[in-house]
Amino acid sequence: MPTYSASASRSYSSKRNYIRDKKDIKPGEFIEARVDLALGNDITAPLAIEEFRKSGAVKVFDNKKIVLVPDHFAPAKDLRSANLCKILADFAKEQKIVNYFEVGCMGIEHALIPEKGLVSPGDLVIGADSHTCTYGALGCYSTGVGSTDLARAFVDGKCWFKVPATIKFVYKGKLNKWVGGKDLILFTIGKIGVDGALYKAMEFTGPAIRTLPMDDRFAVSNMAIEAGARAGIIEPDDITLKYVKEVHNVHQSTVHRRGLWTNLRSDNDAQYEKIHEYDVSKLEPQVACPHLPSNVKPVSELKDIVIDQVVIGSCTNGRISDLRIAAKILKGKKAKSGLRLIVIPATQKIYLEAVREGLAEIFVKAGGVFSTPTCGPCLGGHMGILTEGEVCLATTNRNFIGRMGSPKSFVYLSNPAVAAASAITGRITHPEAI
Amino acid sequence: MILKGKVHKLGDDINTDDIISAKYLVSTDASELGKHCLESIKPDFVTQVRAGDIIVAGKNFGCGSSREHAPLAIKGCGISAVIAKSFAAIFFRNAINIGLPFLESQDADKIQDGDSLEIDLSGGIIKNLSQNVTYQTPPFPVFLQEIVRQGGLMNWLKKNV
Repeated sequence: MPTYSASASRSYSSKRNYIRDKKDIKPGEFIEARVDLALGNDITAPLAIEEFRKSGAVKVFDNKKIVLVPDHFAPAKDLRSANLCKILADFAKEQKIVNYFEVGCMGIEHALIPEKGLVSPGDLVIGADSHTCTYGALGCYSTGVGSTDLARAFVDGKCWFKVPATIKFVYKGKLNKWVGGKDLILFTIGKIGVDGALYKAMEFTGPAIRTLPMDDRFAVSNMAIEAGARAGIIEPDDITLKYVKEVHNVHQSTVHRRGLWTNLRSDNDAQYEKIHEYDVSKLEPQVACPHLPSNVKPVSELKDIVIDQVVIGSCTNGRISDLRIAAKILKGKKAKSGLRLIVIPATQKIYLEAVREGLAEIFVKAGGVFSTPTCGPCLGGHMGILTEGEVCLATTNRNFIGRMGSPKSFVYLSNPAVAAASAITGRITHPEAI
Repeated sequence: MILKGKVHKLGDDINTDDIISAKYLVSTDASELGKHCLESIKPDFVTQVRAGDIIVAGKNFGCGSSREHAPLAIKGCGISAVIAKSFAAIFFRNAINIGLPFLESQDADKIQDGDSLEIDLSGGIIKNLSQNVTYQTPPFPVFLQEIVRQGGLMNWLKKNV
């Protein structure tokens, strides 16, 4: 196997692999690696469980390193979804899966898993869900795979990987008010396109990232897949460590590993396939227009877009700080008459915080609905499906044709501040106009 | 393996929501999923497919979600192989893992809707019988060839543990 010289020039993903396995890896190489966590949901895990059974295996490799979350169609939207959820519940019981989260404990997986302290900097995580790249915000190499990959991991805890080259994104300047992680990632996807980082790892850095709160970082890493990337990594720093320590203190019992590589950094002379530098000091809130996440425009160019529905939630922007921003704008205001405002906290913990802080009341008094955690409308599952001709502004991550319902409906993507402001006016609106 | 079929031409960035809408993900059965393949963007697609036909698409085929239901739906509706200029990474591995034959070809643009193709998968050779030309694709990496040869990831696993 080829090795690098002493001044190894390793990017973050190569370096974490080197520290762990004492082996150098090169972009393009195929490797087999042991994973720290493997996760599935009510859509993808049933297929994985089917494959696991067909393989003749009887016991999973490690009942603490598998996470099962019924979140997409749960609470079950219909009989067939109930059947899928039951497959997860039965398998979890049979295999004594420690981290199975039933409705009531459940949340949207990519908000829930970091919150429960199940992922730590440096971990290698696979998930049969494309937004598994979210934990890159904690410095994990985490990536989406398919159900058969998950089945294989159930059997022996391993997965095959094609080592990606890394593209570095440096964000300079201080962000304007109402601009956050969602805007940085939408702006970036707008620049490089939906295959701009195909098969690559994205590494996000620069002053604007370093000052970004954790919830915003999750939003950035979450949408790396929307540029085709295998991972969206932010090197751990004090903000990461503070977050990790806090969740680990709360969840002593479930934490199976603790921040092993808190000093993990890319080498100063790390080799990148490309480096993009953006001055984001003048960036205004960004909106992705139908029907691709790369069809991005500044919010001020979309004043004439009339909307029927606003969704605030999802694994991208259903966290407590997202709800706080939305509530700040909606406090004492009403959603436009005839517009449907749907607010979905991503986890039970966030739900409870929103209730305690009075955010839930603000949403309800504004004429919105405040839902139990679910992926629901983001993927056109339930809780806010669009009919023909309808337009939705959502804080979610995809706006493909028919994503939220009818193939003749339209989805725009934005940050929670823009979504809240637009709910009031019924048009896509800059929050400063409220 | 030699595959022969008529081309159904698609564009760039065909995503997994296009291939199989989330409302059908309550099933894991390939033939049931196959009934709704590409329904959102080409409502007549399934009725036009004859067993063995081939999808030819542009860049970034299969982008979006990780749903393995997407390659299953393609298989389930009778498509024998997919040729595209590039594939999204998760779709790529799903296709390998479940044994849906596919080839990456920069010549995909030259192939027309309705063309008849003959594909030699192991050699990576695409013969366009309608245009009387041959396209050579880069060979699969050895590691992946082995998974494909064993009939998918789980079969490969049985023989490699």
